[in-house]
Amino acid sequence: MIESMNPSLIDWSRAQFAMTAMYHWIFVPLTLGLAIVIGIMETVYYKTGNDFWKCTTQFWMKLFGINFAIGIATGLILEFEFGTNWSNYSWFVGDIFGAPLAIEGIFAFFMEATFVAIMFFGWEKVSKRFHLTATWLTALGATLSSWWILVANAWMQHPVGMEFNPDTSRNEMVDFWAVATSPVAVNKFFHAVLSGWVLGGIFVVGIGCWYLLKKREKEFALASIKVGAILGLVASLFTAFTGDGSGYQIAHTQPMKLAAVEGLYKGSNGVGLVVAGALNPKKKTYDDGKDPFLFRMEIPGLLSIFAERTPNAFVPGIQDVIAGGYQQSNGVIALSANEKIERGKKAIEAFGAYRIAKNTGQKEVANTAYSVLKENMPYFGYGYIKDVKELVPNVPLNFYAFRIMVLLGIYFIVFFSAILFLVYKKDLAKMRWVHWIALLTIPLGYIAGEAGWVVAECGRQPWAILDMLPTSVGISRLDVGSVQTTFFIFLCLFTVMLIAGIGIMTRSIKKGPELINN
Amino acid sequence: MKSKLVGIWNFYRDGFRSMRVGRTLWLIILIKLFILFFVLKICFFPDFLATHSKNDDKGSYVSNELIQRALPTHSTHP
Repeated sequence: MIESMNPSLIDWSRAQFAMTAMYHWIFVPLTLGLAIVIGIMETVYYKTGNDFWKCTTQFWMKLFGINFAIGIATGLILEFEFGTNWSNYSWFVGDIFGAPLAIEGIFAFFMEATFVAIMFFGWEKVSKRFHLTATWLTALGATLSSWWILVANAWMQHPVGMEFNPDTSRNEMVDFWAVATSPVAVNKFFHAVLSGWVLGGIFVVGIGCWYLLKKREKEFALASIKVGAILGLVASLFTAFTGDGSGYQIAHTQPMKLAAVEGLYKGSNGVGLVVAGALNPKKKTYDDGKDPFLFRMEIPGLLSIFAERTPNAFVPGIQDVIAGGYQQSNGVIALSANEKIERGKKAIEAFGAYRIAKNTGQKEVANTAYSVLKENMPYFGYGYIKDVKELVPNVPLNFYAFRIMVLLGIYFIVFFSAILFLVYKKDLAKMRWVHWIALLTIPLGYIAGEAGWVVAECGRQPWAILDMLPTSVGISRLDVGSVQTTFFIFLCLFTVMLIAGIGIMTRSIKKGPELINN
Repeated sequence: MKSKLVGIWNFYRDGFRSMRVGRTLWLIILIKLFILFFVLKICFFPDFLATHSKNDDKGSYVSNELIQRALPTHSTHP
């Protein structure tokens, strides 16, 4: 616990950011997914010249526009919060965040905004080729926006390419490409974007099945379902592939997160992957000696394969990460939490000594302090940790969120495969029970995406920036009441927007596509 | 050049005029942006460091925060 900081302030600040980020992630993945859907459909129109595909594209484009419009500026809120609620964090990350967000705003957003206008207004005004290009460039713009945001988030998970400047108290980017093309950023980008394509596929299939349930627009529905299901299946498979990549990276960069996600307290060689299980609610701390599970079903050796690509590899548990002393895959012996805390304290003390020495013109003292700071900077954040238990993320939250995400991901692969089989080989239009399953799968797509972000962010705790800045140190000294007030303002505002968005979208869906010769 | 600019203007003008669902969406967007920038940003989201740092020395304020949250008895000033 950080002294003199109100714990309520920490919790409310985190809750506010989490709530606004989760609302933002309601709209973003569908934008990403539907952008690809309309690109594919318009490409079919361009190649066939069949006006049916033009009308089909225009319908899904309308829904894309509704989602895009309601989602606009939900991300801006997060930037407001950076400047007010997270001022220490915002200053500390310096130009690491500034550069990607600036690029995102200037390049990707303007690209998106320009070509969105051509997409909606230009049907009878520009050539078919130009319009198709505008549609795909809109999709590219939306995707590029995601790249830079995810680069920033990936840096929080695995900070690279920077040096801390004690004169400005900021991290300064020394290697742009290390930040922009970090393996964590690349994998995270593909995993997040592809999950948006999965949601796009689920949405199109689900709404298509709604039309079949209502016995309306049969040809339109079946055509849309085919596009949605093909996109969804391909995206689901690649999402699983990149998910495996995430697991491998987490094993090497965030072993505590992996241990929490797996409920793995005591590491060993040849660790199994828990497919399903129930955690013991009586287990409160990593060292209370209680069995972590009430029951579990695991695939032997699979976690070792995911983490190290060999079935007998050692995977550290929470106790091992705390105690240290095990050999990591790079051959280096892991430091214990207490050793890291000592080094963190040295770093912060050196930082303080440096600042004083600079203020008093003691150059030699400043140089000595700077050397100590630089040597211990990788453990800077540990200097704030008072109890090693603070280093353990919420195990149940991460364990169950991960399983929700993965099990839903597997379900989506089965779902899309079944839909494709039924739509091509059977008469899907007559299978009402499948229509209902497809419709009810729509919210599951959202749940899977949000669960993934819960793992990404809550699994990183207590860190805002891994090993460098705890979440509780990043927040501003605000009055708890003001954070609570804005929390509820956002909750009301976003809920109203969401209801409005769902209402407009529902009305458009009920109205249906404007098909020629339906 | 002038005709191109006029053409672009007419393109957007005709596009906005032909909107149906889009008008409702634009109304929502404008209301939302107004609330965000003229209510929330002004009343609830000031630039914290600008208002709390002395002489706009944000670096010193943050360094003090970073140090004192770990070492409450320390200061960056002698």
